Amino acid sequence: MRILSLAGRRLAASLPSLLIILIGVFLLLQLAPGDTVDALLAQMGGGGDAATTAELRRFYGLDVSVPVQLGNYLWRLVRLDLGFSAIYGKPVSTVILERLPATLLLMSASLSFAFFFGLLFGVIAARRVNGWQDSVISTLGLLFYATPSFWFGLMAIVLFSVHLQWLPAGGMESIGEGFTGFTRVMDIASHFVLPTLTLGLIFLAIYLRIMRASMLEVLTLDFVRTARAKGLDETRIITRHVLRNAMLPMVTLIGLQAGTMLGGSVVVESVFSLPGLGRLAYEAVVQRDLNTLLGIVFISALLVIAVNFLVDLLYARLDPRIAREGS
Amino acid sequence: MELTRRAAMLTSAAIAASVNLPEAALAQETPRRGGVMTVHFATEQRILNPSLQASTGVYIVGGKIQEPLVDLDAAGNPAPCLAESWESSADGLTITFKLRQGVTWHDGRPFTSADVQFTAMEMWKKILNYGTAVQLFLEAVETPDAYTAVFKYSKPMPLGLLLRALPDLGYVSPKHIYEGTDIRQNPANTAPIGTGPFKFVQYERGQFIIAERNPNYWRPNLPYLDRVVWRVISDRSAAAAQMEAGQILYSPFSSLALSDLARLGRDPRFEVTTKGNEGNPRTNTLEFNFRNPILADIRVRKALAHAINIPFFIENFLSPEYAKLGTGPIPSVSTDFYPTTPMPQYPYDKAAAIRLLTEAGHRPGAGGVRFTLRLTPAPWGEDIGLFSTFIQQSLGEVGIRVEIVRLDAAGFLRTVYNDWNFDLATGWHQYRNDPAVSTTVWYRTGSPRGAPWTNQYGVADAEMDAIIDSAATELDPVRRKARYADFVRRGNSELLLWNPVEQLFLSAFSRKLRNHANTPRWGSSSWHDLWIAP
Repeated sequence: MRILSLAGRRLAASLPSLLIILIGVFLLLQLAPGDTVDALLAQMGGGGDAATTAELRRFYGLDVSVPVQLGNYLWRLVRLDLGFSAIYGKPVSTVILERLPATLLLMSASLSFAFFFGLLFGVIAARRVNGWQDSVISTLGLLFYATPSFWFGLMAIVLFSVHLQWLPAGGMESIGEGFTGFTRVMDIASHFVLPTLTLGLIFLAIYLRIMRASMLEVLTLDFVRTARAKGLDETRIITRHVLRNAMLPMVTLIGLQAGTMLGGSVVVESVFSLPGLGRLAYEAVVQRDLNTLLGIVFISALLVIAVNFLVDLLYARLDPRIAREGS
Repeated sequence: MELTRRAAMLTSAAIAASVNLPEAALAQETPRRGGVMTVHFATEQRILNPSLQASTGVYIVGGKIQEPLVDLDAAGNPAPCLAESWESSADGLTITFKLRQGVTWHDGRPFTSADVQFTAMEMWKKILNYGTAVQLFLEAVETPDAYTAVFKYSKPMPLGLLLRALPDLGYVSPKHIYEGTDIRQNPANTAPIGTGPFKFVQYERGQFIIAERNPNYWRPNLPYLDRVVWRVISDRSAAAAQMEAGQILYSPFSSLALSDLARLGRDPRFEVTTKGNEGNPRTNTLEFNFRNPILADIRVRKALAHAINIPFFIENFLSPEYAKLGTGPIPSVSTDFYPTTPMPQYPYDKAAAIRLLTEAGHRPGAGGVRFTLRLTPAPWGEDIGLFSTFIQQSLGEVGIRVEIVRLDAAGFLRTVYNDWNFDLATGWHQYRNDPAVSTTVWYRTGSPRGAPWTNQYGVADAEMDAIIDSAATELDPVRRKARYADFVRRGNSELLLWNPVEQLFLSAFSRKLRNHANTPRWGSSSWHDLWIAP
């Protein structure tokens, strides 16, 4: 299939950019004053003597020059070794694997939430354009988009956890309850309701506006008039003809935002005390844990490449013209 | 800032109200067994073993699992813990500890003098921050029998200094776990094994730590609690909400926002207090870079101090309930060392400040500006940020333009203490029971470049060094106290460093807790007698 070779070529082209990203982040962090031993000294509250500090620098591999450190890192990477985390005292790959479930759960839950309701409300708003439904949906969308997520999250906690006591205020699951099976699933789900809504509402606002605009555009095209002239009813026109074409911009956006969501949920993870990759990355920067930060960048970049690859394939399914183009 | 100021005033009202509670009525209740203590854990540490890292962030967890040789009692005096008694030889070169018998590690092995010897020589002397300095002259620890540990020093070690240092710097680790391993990478560093009232169970990074009751604890029928759970919550507002939702019962060491502490203090379900934190006093500092010729002039340093209205700052930005006017590097809560005679002070006097600046030859130039200084505030603590803005505005009044350079923790330490790339810096000096532990290093020359919270200011004062050295090995407690009064006098009169504010940390407690805050280092202590009312 032509689309596969196209996507494959994209995949090959992303390798050099991956390398540039990694080297860029490495050098950028060199510009920040202080290293991971300084961060550790700050945690200890001082009192470390010179010999101990020098030993720590050797222990963390900071006693060699920057180019040598970079070289060491890339050489390890070639052997698929992400190195050792300074903060966690274990291999970076283990640290990231521990954090991945929370991140993926939060990301997929809020993306699906935003995608589904964005689609639904976008379609409703477009069908009733300038009606009261459209006004309500558009106003709410604007409101969600304009509200900072930390505020939204905190207010949700105050309302649903502190006052109503319906949902837990934070964490990933109940601690030390020893839940298993279905009870555990429900327990985790209840912990993820508020974070998912908080993160999802912002994306929902974007999706519904994109969907509305793209629906309105497609609705004016000739093939819709043809369909109407054939005597098809409106629901069939929307679901069979308009929706599919109008979804292309949405899919593009998801491809772009999957990457943002991976690292961009620091705020939501902090407010809800979730052990995700965003908080890990933030901590890695503050503590100058270079290996962990580069590991996260590497994994995130891989995920973005994978998602984009999937999006390319999806394009072809949604619009067969793309696969045929140029052949 | 307006909000914080108002909120801070509310805190003081709330704390004042909480003092009047009928505590005596609570003391008569019968302790209830069982229950789970949940604790706010704001900053995750790399390790949890207090024999290897001396900081409140480690004690808040490790201090329940491992125990020190000596602890502090309610009055702040050294009290037996793993050591039952101690004595010093007349020359101060030998200090003998008699250890408690019948104590077992959480894995069942007996606790003996070999553990003390190993921990002292391999951890306190070689790795533990502040421990390396306190035990610098420790030559050996002899173990004539399983329950006697004899510390041999090459220079006299004042018994009082050692006893005041040991509650923080005297945690013991099991030799059989650490011997022959790479101590820094030992798995027990994040899964500690101790003799304490609680046994380590689980640590999920970024989420929680669990410890459960040690059924074989040496204090009979203790602890009362079934478990302790530490919840990792990095966002301060979220932590306050979790406190209100009942998910945490205790937030230590001023980890919440000042405005939230004020709000919780007014809520009958909570108690916000400095009680239990008397052992961790701190002073706000103003540090001068003497490499800048403007600041090398003592008239300018005095002018800066005279230009800043500290009582106004405390009244309006902090609260008199936890902050007061600082008088020098030794805080007033340290009754053993706080000078009994008045020391040189620099009260707010704008006219004097202007006169001193003019005398020093700094006349106002364009726009009334005499000169410009860079001020680097430490990133920890809400009060430091407020203080840096207050300094900026106060100095602006006398014609000194201040540029604030904000950095994160690693950046601050590197820039100030290693690169010396600052004019003024402001942060905290943490006082640790005895001036020799973490106070004199701010003044003594000879600290290696890059050692944080030490004299990296480009100033050498031979008289100061002499006072510090003689005080550190002085065995007579009375003469020792007099030497430290000389230390404060010299530091204040030369204004090598300014300590204008003295503070205690605030704790937020649920009112269900009993026997909490009953020692001066309660947050760090073992909580063996803590219980929760229904």
